[in-house]
Amino acid sequence: MSTTAATRPTAPSARTGAVTATVRSTRAELLRLRAWPAVWITLGAWLALSLMFGYLFTYLSYTTGDPGFADEGTTREQQLAELLPTAVPDVFLQGMPMFGGALMMVLGALVAGSGYGWGTWKTVFSQGVRRGPAVVGSALALSAFVVATLLVTLAFDLGVSLVITASEGHDVVLPSTGAVVESLGVGFLVLETWALVGFALGTLARGPALSVGLGLVWALVVENLLRGVGQLLGWVEALTEVLPGTAAGSLVGALVGAGEGDGTPGVLDTVPATRAALTLVAYVVVALVLSAALVRRRDVS
Amino acid sequence: MDDMAPTVASTDNLTRVYGDRVAVDRVTMTVRRGEVYGFLGPNGAGKTTTLRMLLGLVRPTSGSAYATSPVGALIEGPGFFPYLSGRANLRTLARHRGFDDAEVERVLERVDLASRADDRFKGYSLGMKQRLGVAAALLGDPELVVLDEPTNGLDPAGMADMRALVVDLARGGQTVLLSSHLLAEVQEICDRVAIIHEGRLLHEGSVAELRGGVSLRVRAAPEDEALAVAMRLAGDDGVARTPDGALQLALRPERAPRVVRDLVAAGVDVHEVTAVERSLEDVFFEMTTHHVTSPTDPSSHHTTEEVPA
Ligand SMILES: Nc1ncnc2c1ncn2[C@@H]1O[C@H](COP(=O)(O)OP(=O)(O)O)[C@@H](O)[C@H]1O
Ligand SMILES: [Mg+2]
Repeated sequence: MSTTAATRPTAPSARTGAVTATVRSTRAELLRLRAWPAVWITLGAWLALSLMFGYLFTYLSYTTGDPGFADEGTTREQQLAELLPTAVPDVFLQGMPMFGGALMMVLGALVAGSGYGWGTWKTVFSQGVRRGPAVVGSALALSAFVVATLLVTLAFDLGVSLVITASEGHDVVLPSTGAVVESLGVGFLVLETWALVGFALGTLARGPALSVGLGLVWALVVENLLRGVGQLLGWVEALTEVLPGTAAGSLVGALVGAGEGDGTPGVLDTVPATRAALTLVAYVVVALVLSAALVRRRDVS
Repeated sequence: MDDMAPTVASTDNLTRVYGDRVAVDRVTMTVRRGEVYGFLGPNGAGKTTTLRMLLGLVRPTSGSAYATSPVGALIEGPGFFPYLSGRANLRTLARHRGFDDAEVERVLERVDLASRADDRFKGYSLGMKQRLGVAAALLGDPELVVLDEPTNGLDPAGMADMRALVVDLARGGQTVLLSSHLLAEVQEICDRVAIIHEGRLLHEGSVAELRGGVSLRVRAAPEDEALAVAMRLAGDDGVARTPDGALQLALRPERAPRVVRDLVAAGVDVHEVTAVERSLEDVFFEMTTHHVTSPTDPSSHHTTEEVPA
């Protein structure tokens, strides 16, 4: 290996193929992520939240007959329908555009950003590990956790729903495979987008704190404000349509229904589903390319 | 060391500028296979920046750097996942590079960390953290191991352990590039040294070469007559007066009897004659004070003061 002012520094052992190197780095990142309490705390928080908002309040409202727990104006029949297994594909998605997304963004920022403070990226790159494959490997390991989150959430929701159905003495009717697969796909796209946006922010800031803070304020506050202003100003509206939160909310809204005025926060009907999905794919690609380019170009210190 | 041994790392007019600060200034050096190469300089001299460029972590502003492959390195302190054990940390590094877990066990043994390998990194003492950093650098038995101030922050016992480890590596034929701001340390374990100060390489050579042999220290009275005798024997430039009033003569110790005879013959009382070996420390101070002292201000020399002509 030789580094000069004219050429980009390349890792000393740039002999192995890019695919092999990426697979190795993915395995390495999986190993350290699965032993990281922060990962499990994030997943646990998401499960607790989705259970609370997806089932607990509806169930309490249904059993006590007190409408204070659930959306106003829903009948007991509607409440029951939301608790049954056939509603799982919808309930599963509802919290994802906002709360699930926010948590995944935190996770992504932690995965990419904490290695700078700890000096672990420096240690990895000092041993001649290639930078591009290492970053992509890290993002792939993060994506594996996104998939795991989706599957665990689905299993959890189904389990809770089956228990409620049985305890209320109703017949079990499972959702169609098509509906489940569709929900999983949409859920993956939404959570993956936020996770990789967090990953890119953590890389950009070279630390988790700033990126988590800014990312959360953006996702939970700024986007909502912009959407509010957008209803008054045309050019702001055009801008809000390409925001990740708008795209995620619209994609989920297209599946579960939105706009009746009493919807879940973050679930929207602003953009058509196809455009929303393409916007999310674009965010995933841009976030990954940006992260890899940053790490490859920058000095490691 | 063997002058003909193959080069495992080298730089050619390597330069790095940060803003208007030249961190590394046209450094040219060569590390050969099988040697322990000391890279010496005070804090901020540009050691870490040079090593980073050698490893491809930092881009040079101009000039070039070459390092063999594979190379392992511990740069500016150990960086590991605090929540993982030492063993798990090494396993993630091994996965990145496609090594199996047996290799992890080998390096853990090598740095004597096997018994604490399952403790979390964040509970390690600084000495253990540094040893884990060395273990990471040894993964895959690289041709060159770069250790950037591995004794930094360690207590005397930890420093001794680390020195013993480097000596041990050297005995096994491992090529080591070791940076330090502690001259005494490098002097004991290195074959060759380079001295860097304010980004510039002041010298590169064998430790013996750098020390430039030994000199004689003489305390005698009256001083003026002793000085006259000393200058006759060692030449005008071969005599220096030390701060405590002794004379330092650039003569080999075998000349001591002659010096004593001449001093006594001149009626001078001889209180002390000792052979003094110049340490790298002396050499370093001579070089750096030369470097920082303006020609009009010779009074700020560190250990020796030149006798006015
Ligand atoms: N990333 C950086 N940005 C600005 N200045 C730097 C950077 N890295 C090093 N320097 C400066 O370069 C000089 C050499 O630093 P360094 O190579 O770390 O020295 P050493 O390792 O010998 O202590 C110092 O003055 C330091 O402040
Ligand atoms: Mg340093």
